[in-house]
Amino acid sequence: MLTEEHEALRTSVREFAREVVAPVIGEFYEKHAFPYDIVRRMGTMGLFGLPFPEDAGGMGGDYLALCLTLEELARVDSSVAITLEAAISLGAMPIYRFGTEEQRARWLPDLVSGESLAAFGLTEPGAGSDAGGTTTRAVLDGDEWVINGTKCFITNSGTDITSLVTVTAVTGTNPDGSKEISSIIVPSGTPGFTVLPGYSKVGWCASDTHELAFDDVRVPAANLLGPRGRGFAQFLRILDEGRIAIAALSTGLAQGCVDESVAYARQRHAFGRAIGDFQAIQFKISDMEVRAHTSRLAYYDAAARLLSGADFKRAAAIAKLHASEAAVDNARDATQIHGGYGFMNETPVARFWRDAKILEIGEGTSEIQRMIIARDLGI
Amino acid sequence: MNIVVLVKQVPDSGAERSLRADDNTVDRGAASNVINEMDEYAIEEALKITEAHGGEVTVLTMGPAGASDSIRKALSMGPAKAVHIVDDALRGSCAVSTSKVIAAALGGLNADIILCGSESTDGRVQVLPHMLAERLGVAALTGARKLTVDGSTLTIERQTDEGYEVVTASTPAVVSVWDTINEPRYPSFKGIMAAKKKPVDTKSLADLGVDASEVGFAGATSTVLDHAQRPPRSAGQKVVDEGDGGVKLVEYLATEKFV
Repeated sequence: MLTEEHEALRTSVREFAREVVAPVIGEFYEKHAFPYDIVRRMGTMGLFGLPFPEDAGGMGGDYLALCLTLEELARVDSSVAITLEAAISLGAMPIYRFGTEEQRARWLPDLVSGESLAAFGLTEPGAGSDAGGTTTRAVLDGDEWVINGTKCFITNSGTDITSLVTVTAVTGTNPDGSKEISSIIVPSGTPGFTVLPGYSKVGWCASDTHELAFDDVRVPAANLLGPRGRGFAQFLRILDEGRIAIAALSTGLAQGCVDESVAYARQRHAFGRAIGDFQAIQFKISDMEVRAHTSRLAYYDAAARLLSGADFKRAAAIAKLHASEAAVDNARDATQIHGGYGFMNETPVARFWRDAKILEIGEGTSEIQRMIIARDLGI
Repeated sequence: MNIVVLVKQVPDSGAERSLRADDNTVDRGAASNVINEMDEYAIEEALKITEAHGGEVTVLTMGPAGASDSIRKALSMGPAKAVHIVDDALRGSCAVSTSKVIAAALGGLNADIILCGSESTDGRVQVLPHMLAERLGVAALTGARKLTVDGSTLTIERQTDEGYEVVTASTPAVVSVWDTINEPRYPSFKGIMAAKKKPVDTKSLADLGVDASEVGFAGATSTVLDHAQRPPRSAGQKVVDEGDGGVKLVEYLATEKFV
């Protein structure tokens, strides 16, 4: 069970999501526009500093606090939830974990307050979960790194308040012949660093996602984040944790589908009675609730393991796999329950349906999760 | 600048609300109880003032033991401490006796500004700020959509149906606000954690020196004798436009004496 403080945080975020996000997000989504004012207000309530200690300007919350927040946001809208998730897990967290005192002092204050956003450039046109495929290169020239390459699908990389992108790049060859991959901080606006126009996405339409081009981009050698050659390794734990966050976000979407369907089943009449009177609808909604509930239990378990210091790799993969599939299933059923209205973009469940699919893909596809689970079982 | 914010716990205006069958008071047991929405704006205004000018914000609540949830929530927004007036004899108190109890509690708090919402979403009588100012012998700046503090001078824009009036007074004063005045903050996790450790001073009627016979049902100047559920909405009347839709609409408005 949650502590009183975690419950109070859940309530606070729930009210924020319903009062501030729900009334306006549909319009941003339709226009593929980034909701700056919502992000500003998320910053004011300390959401971007949630898992960071108070001496780093954060809120002193734990990973579960972040997960509960993501669940409540995604219950209303996934674009703002993923904006927060990426800003913390992929943006600020690597700087906090691996940054030098100077790097932290320069970048963290504005990141934890939400006044600026950071992005992580890992994925490339030819390299996703298989980091060995990385082709972006960084060469040390005197006291500067010279970076060349392309990154794709990078969240929060092109907003007006994006302050930096941390990119992974090949910086040499390891003794075993594999690629030496390092992480390097590239401030927004660095000459040669181009943010391409936003993608036309199926879902997450109010989140900011771009392809990035690096053409002889020069940054100081001191912008190396963490030890040289540890660029991917240090990112692996962040990826493992990120799976729990995506599981929480997926749970929120799955629960949002239940919320919308229960309300609609009560209000919509057919053949002289509320459609909720029909067992065909009741059973569908019951199954949806089961999926949302079990998704929540799975991510609670993974988060509890993480917080206790136990091994959480398998639990995180299970939670991510189960919750993302629950989100897709619930979005499909919720759309079906809403009938023709479910096919209209103005209906929240239509947005949920479009937002659900990426959950089975991002932060490790469902196939990758199954691979992790199988490996962990020793097969 | 010491500011006391009056915070009332009310049944959630967004949910089903009812009165008790036995004594016609609000059925708090059946309701989901929340901070009176307008009071959140008063808390925000108090925090903004102390953030700009220094000082301390105290939350003052009169209500049953269960109101402590709302006090914690108010404290999680940022005020330093709270006073909770709780006494079984307060049940059934009218606005007049409520103002008496709150005035007594304010006596020990040394407030420069007493901030509150312009109305509560349950009673909606809007008289408490005026009664309180009268009892305390201070100015009442009510219905503010804007408040500026300049030394000991308070200036408000008093919202009216036609526009606004500018009203000025010296501290101490009672200021009531509308929801046009600011954008209340949502409690942060740090605020929620900090609220746990903030002092809440519980006061009984005896502590305040108020006699139980002056308050509650015993001292009420108004009493609800009876109540009934609002009738369900009827189907209404459909006007089919056959070229004379406008005329029919005006005829309807005329029969209802709207035109």
